[in-house]
Amino acid sequence: MSSSASNAMSNTEPGGFYDLSGSHHPENGTMLGFWLYLMSDCLVFAVLFAMYGVLGGSYAAGPGPKELFDLPVVAVNTSMLLLSSITYGFAMLEMARNRKPVTLIWLAITGLFGAAFVGLELNEFVHLIHEGAGPQRSAFLSSFFTLVGTHGLHVSFGIVWLITLMVQVSRSGLTPVMQRRLNCLSLFWHFLDVVWIGVFTFVYLVGVLR
Amino acid sequence: MSQPTSASQETHDSRHVHSHPTGDSAGHGSFKSYMTGFILSVILTAIPFWLVMGKVFANHETTILIVVAFAAVQIVVHMVYFLHMNTSSEGGWNMLALIFTLVLVVIAISGSLWVMYHMNSNMKPMSAHDMRNLP
Repeated sequence: MSSSASNAMSNTEPGGFYDLSGSHHPENGTMLGFWLYLMSDCLVFAVLFAMYGVLGGSYAAGPGPKELFDLPVVAVNTSMLLLSSITYGFAMLEMARNRKPVTLIWLAITGLFGAAFVGLELNEFVHLIHEGAGPQRSAFLSSFFTLVGTHGLHVSFGIVWLITLMVQVSRSGLTPVMQRRLNCLSLFWHFLDVVWIGVFTFVYLVGVLR
Repeated sequence: MSQPTSASQETHDSRHVHSHPTGDSAGHGSFKSYMTGFILSVILTAIPFWLVMGKVFANHETTILIVVAFAAVQIVVHMVYFLHMNTSSEGGWNMLALIFTLVLVVIAISGSLWVMYHMNSNMKPMSAHDMRNLP
């Protein structure tokens, strides 16, 4: 079966209509594929946002957003993620100039901002749970912890990925393979910042107003 | 005669691959575009927080509408300046996937809110007696 398939492949004239060797797509497939992954991740968040939209008003006679959310902390959190986005951009610019040490420094700063974001968020979660406003308190809090927690988990995995790439870059340099990997993480990182725009707007700001 | 041309072709190709490892797929940002996106994002983030924390408008619906509008603009800013979205990257497939996803997102979110809102408002009201005898 497979040998006949490979025969059929080899019988095709090179330069025919079908580009079976794939020579015309050097490494484009990875970026498009990663983009498609991000779009599917976007659907995950869409469903979580829909869940929060449906359940966000069910407090079960418990505390609501007005009593629980600390907007100054959220503002600091948001700026941490925004700063990490721009520092990742600087890392990409240095990568394009093929300057390995500066790229690594900007990646490290990005990781620190990301860690500060996750730290602040965990601190908020611990604070809420100690106040008795844990995920089991009401449907509102269950959906809140699921939505914001999923985002925080994504950022945490992004940091792990970032550290992995930093180790790889420091070992093998800014090879084309490493540049492609850094490009993928760049999309992932900025995508998480886009999701956070939705979170701070619909969960925190609109939540406090409702 | 043919040897030097093919050799020069090869060096040119390898240099080309080296400078653009991801092909012509992702438009790479410049320092200027990243800074433009960053400054726009800071403004578009600061104003909604100021509107809510400073209680600028007495009417909450007005504030909600403005805050959501700012979020929508900021998402577009991030897409353009940080994610380098445009209609030509990957031969338009990126944009096509994005539009398809946005359609699904709108259907999922608006559909859920619509259906669940009407489910709630059409539920038979529950008396205190029913509530006590819940299964």
